[in-house]
Amino acid sequence: MKIVLKDLTKIFPSRNKKAGEEVVAVSNFNITIPDGKLIGLLGPSGCGKSTTLYMISGLQKPTSGRIFFGENDVTELSTEKRGIGLVFQNYALYPHMTVKQNIMFPLDNLTGKDKMTKIQKLKRAYETAKLVQIEDLMDRKPSELSGGQQQRVAIARALVKMPRVLLLDEPLSNLDARLRLQTREEIRRIQKATGITTLFVTHDQDEAMSISDMIVVMKQGVVQQVGKPQDVYDNPANLFVAKFLGIPPINVFEGEVRGEKLYIGNDCVMDVKGVSDCAVTVGIRPEGFIPSENGGLACNISNIEVMGRDVSIVSTHAASLNPVIRSIVNSDLNISEEKTSIRYQLKPNKVFLFDKAIQERIPFEVK
Amino acid sequence: MVNSKQGWKAWLYLAPAIVLLLIFTVWPIINTVRMAFLDNYSGLRAAGGEKFAYIGFGNFAKVIEYRGFISCLKNTVLLCVWTVPISTILALLIAVALNSIKVLKKALQTIFFLPYVTNSIAIGMVFAAMFNIVGSFYGTENELIVTAGIINNVIEFFGGEHVNWINSGSSYEANMFVMIVYIVWNALPFKILVLLGGLQSINKQYYDAAKVDSAPRRRIFMRITVPLLSPMLAYVIITGFIGGFKEYTSIVGIFGEKMGPPDDAGRLNTMVGFIYDALSANNQGRASAAALILFGIILVVTMINMHVSKKRVHY
Repeated sequence: MKIVLKDLTKIFPSRNKKAGEEVVAVSNFNITIPDGKLIGLLGPSGCGKSTTLYMISGLQKPTSGRIFFGENDVTELSTEKRGIGLVFQNYALYPHMTVKQNIMFPLDNLTGKDKMTKIQKLKRAYETAKLVQIEDLMDRKPSELSGGQQQRVAIARALVKMPRVLLLDEPLSNLDARLRLQTREEIRRIQKATGITTLFVTHDQDEAMSISDMIVVMKQGVVQQVGKPQDVYDNPANLFVAKFLGIPPINVFEGEVRGEKLYIGNDCVMDVKGVSDCAVTVGIRPEGFIPSENGGLACNISNIEVMGRDVSIVSTHAASLNPVIRSIVNSDLNISEEKTSIRYQLKPNKVFLFDKAIQERIPFEVK
Repeated sequence: MVNSKQGWKAWLYLAPAIVLLLIFTVWPIINTVRMAFLDNYSGLRAAGGEKFAYIGFGNFAKVIEYRGFISCLKNTVLLCVWTVPISTILALLIAVALNSIKVLKKALQTIFFLPYVTNSIAIGMVFAAMFNIVGSFYGTENELIVTAGIINNVIEFFGGEHVNWINSGSSYEANMFVMIVYIVWNALPFKILVLLGGLQSINKQYYDAAKVDSAPRRRIFMRITVPLLSPMLAYVIITGFIGGFKEYTSIVGIFGEKMGPPDDAGRLNTMVGFIYDALSANNQGRASAAALILFGIILVVTMINMHVSKKRVHY
């Protein structure tokens, strides 16, 4: 089921009526989500991503704008009639029901021609349980399950009625690091197996990038960029997106363009064809540094961190906007520990220029 | 943990409470049991130097055979069986309704709580006036009975026949009806308070989840609200039964000390009333035996309640 959001806006009225300050949680959200894809809604907390999810679910009413499932306008439709599955951040499993009863509860509510017999319901519940691999836990209560198991029960409950759309609100935030890795692959596998259009909300860029077909980066209720994870990483639309994606984070410098050449501090670091003279903010990905004797960017090394396959060089530069610069280089390069300074050549496709005032990307020609 | 060398200090600190409990709770209970087995024990005659023989369960047999005991037991059980379920269900519905509204919530909460802070005898008199038939002040010689209680006025306003609720010549059913209405009304505030508190502590997300699962409202109520509220429900039902078996003041409130309509005193007497009657007749032996019987009944009913709630209550 294709989902289309059109100028979706949500404004929360101020609690204090005298102050009259409204909070714009989501502002003019426009997107077309293709059928059968896994979409990650990504952004820092308070950016409106959960609000967007709850508006799609119908639990919250948009202030303005429309929501379409396929060709149908569902904006005015109540949650019950939208045919969605929703996995809550803390799962919201009914504590007094067994796993089986929890999974079967949505089936009990089917009416009319969808109404199922007890045996059909059980069969469907067990099929779904098998999909998320919890068929051995069917007679337990939620309190007797681990976080990961509860999460799977929640997914099974959302999937059992074969929803047109599956929504997940921070599905992995309650799991430990190892389980998180495992479960996100699980979510990907289940989504592929069912082919249900799935939207999930997360503040963890790693999570979103690794399993999504498409990510939506949001900030303060405004969509910053939409695209395939790799495209967004390689071509951030603005400084916020560049900073938000990538671990370790991107290194940011004060810079200047003079005569189609980029200067960081006094160092002339590279050619930037097609950019007129101006002050810029420069973002350089950690993997964009190549140690080289005749490189343009000179930095003082403060520390070298060994990570096995790679080495992370922690250095400083007067024009850097971060306290330290992190560059990741291959450990084969054998950087001597005695070295106190280092010169870098830059990979042009890992360097991004941003307008200093509005922080939008300034494109330049890459040879 | 208290160090054993310091143990005496702990006992010292507990002493005032223990002494008071021993004198005013433990000893009276032991004494009650003792008196229940003494032949027609009377405190007054005991003070005069009379000795009483142990007669085993003789007092208990006498209590059961005593005039009016069966009717007291029947009244008590009937009132319990009617009022506890009615008041619990009503309280549940009112609490759910109160919990789901926003406007006037605080005001309505206060109104529903008011009976709890008013005196039940005083309210009983008001109820008695509402259900009354006051004839002689309004009637002529040929037409003595004219209704004056507001309930009968309302009934007549809608074209019904007035009912003799509590006056001379009223029926037992009418009396019981008034008692049930009054006791239910009186029991509501506490139950609403407890259930509303329980409702407010239920995580709202369960209701969101139920909405997503397309559950109709009635099923949400039966399969989510009631089970999640079951610890509170068990509490109000158990305390309701215990309170119900000790019903007494409500009847005094409406019918006065006669415990019945003027022409049939004692018709609505209860177990506690029976005990008081025995005490005022200076027969502590009979009163003690009746008190122990009542205790036994409450114990059994509470155990049944607990047993049922173990299966039905989800903590």
